[in-house]
Amino acid sequence: MEAVVKPRTVVQFELNGRARQGYAESRTQLCDFLRHETGATGVHVGCEHGVCGACTVLVDGKAVRSCLMLAVQVQGSRVETVESLADEDLMSDLQQAFRRHHALQCGFCTAGILMSCVDYLEREPEPTETQVRDMLSGHLCRCTGYTGIVRAVLDVAHERKTQQENNNNV
Amino acid sequence: MKPAAFDYVSPTRKSDVLALLAEHGQNARIIAGGQSLMAVLNMRMTQPKLLIDINRIDELHYIEPQKRHLAVGAGVRQAELLSWPGLAEAVPLLARAMPWIGHFQTRNRGTVCGSLAHADPSAELPLCLTTLGGEVVLESKRGRRTVVAEAFFQGILTTDRRPDELLTEVRFPMSQPGVEYRFNEIAMRHGDFAIVSLAAVIGADAIRLGVGGVADRPVARNLERDQDLAGALNETAWSLDAQDDVQATAAYRRQMVRELGKRLIEEGY
Ligand SMILES: Cc1cc2nc3c(=O)[nH]c(=O)nc-3n(C[C@@H](O)[C@H](O)[C@H](O)COP(=O)(O)OP(=O)(O)OC[C@H]3O[C@@H](n4cnc5c(N)ncnc54)[C@H](O)[C@@H]3O)c2cc1C
Ligand code: FES
Ligand code: FES
Repeated sequence: MEAVVKPRTVVQFELNGRARQGYAESRTQLCDFLRHETGATGVHVGCEHGVCGACTVLVDGKAVRSCLMLAVQVQGSRVETVESLADEDLMSDLQQAFRRHHALQCGFCTAGILMSCVDYLEREPEPTETQVRDMLSGHLCRCTGYTGIVRAVLDVAHERKTQQENNNNV
Repeated sequence: MKPAAFDYVSPTRKSDVLALLAEHGQNARIIAGGQSLMAVLNMRMTQPKLLIDINRIDELHYIEPQKRHLAVGAGVRQAELLSWPGLAEAVPLLARAMPWIGHFQTRNRGTVCGSLAHADPSAELPLCLTTLGGEVVLESKRGRRTVVAEAFFQGILTTDRRPDELLTEVRFPMSQPGVEYRFNEIAMRHGDFAIVSLAAVIGADAIRLGVGGVADRPVARNLERDQDLAGALNETAWSLDAQDDVQATAAYRRQMVRELGKRLIEEGY
């Protein structure tokens, strides 16, 4: 059996495609660990009890609340945060769609929503508006009223489909 | 807020968990999906000395259709069961009810058995298990026992699980031919905990109606098919000792049992 983790331990994991490590207490939440130890401040922390969705990241490809996980639980895992989305100087198609559709104002909720969309669109590449709204029920946005977000997600899904069809036709 | 300090252990074998539970009992807590426990830890409403993480135990990770029931191990996440291809055929009630559990992001992490061990009176899975008449398997160093849902759920966040026991498996009875399974609930927003949730098993001559969110635990009642339905629903509504809370009054809850119940049984949604 693995030893009991006493006050501080080294967590080794993959962050946005790179091997990283940092110190965590056994009680350190994943969101705090990502922000304070690794500088991934794109992870936003709102409610700390799983309701607002601001802290959503991908762990081994799945969108989860980083406030409801312990840092020690990602030992050996793959974690992706909003910092993984853009290239050096180009935003991802999803981010660009958010910009086009005014899907953000203050931006506090945005990082979490983007990460949920990454996972969701993998599983459901052609969602209906109802499905998108259902997926967004896991996020609170106090600025936009969600309409722009829904449009952005539907638009990017459509754009990806068109692109794929074009690729298939070449 | 942040959790109070605790020791943390992440065993890879079930036997190690049972040994730790035998040694630490009340002072230890299991963490499965953490989707209920982490919030409670963050608010310091519980302060265990030892947290036992069961996420790395492969032997708890299985979905196994048996002759009479679908066995789901304690490692299985809600999202995994929901996307398991055989679900709609094996246990259609779950296929209907599980999309109501929280959000896709919380189902990605929360486990099926964790929800049962947590025993929130308005949670969907305890209601389904009670209505279907399923059972849970509890294991400790002392041995192993199975407990039927109606005996397992004993009140708000209270179950028959003893401090040294691990809930290792849940068994949902397989769907029966000619029987219909229906589910509906009312909540403030989709994904919020239900104010009232209803599960119905409709057979040729009997109806079993399960009600969540009203009593201090899920409750299932048998109604005869040719009975006066409105009267039977009214009796059911009054028998549950509904309470007022911030979300709804007791009277509203009773009305929902009557109205949603009628709609679910007569019109199917
Ligand atoms: C925003 C949000 C919305 C939600 N909405 C709903 C909802 O609508 N309906 C609903 O039903 N749930 C809802 N939940 C809770 C649900 O997501 C949890 O998954 C579930 O209640 C607990 O499962 P878990 O695996 O996360 O367990 P944990 O949180 O890890 O544990 C919960 C409790 O059960 C104990 N435990 C867990 N597994 C075992 C085991 N195998 N043996 C013994 N003890 C065990 C733990 O010690 C703890 O006391 C919501 C959660 C959030 C964050
Ligand atoms: S901070 Fe994690 S869900 Fe709100
Ligand atoms: S953009 Fe401000 S909370 Fe969503």
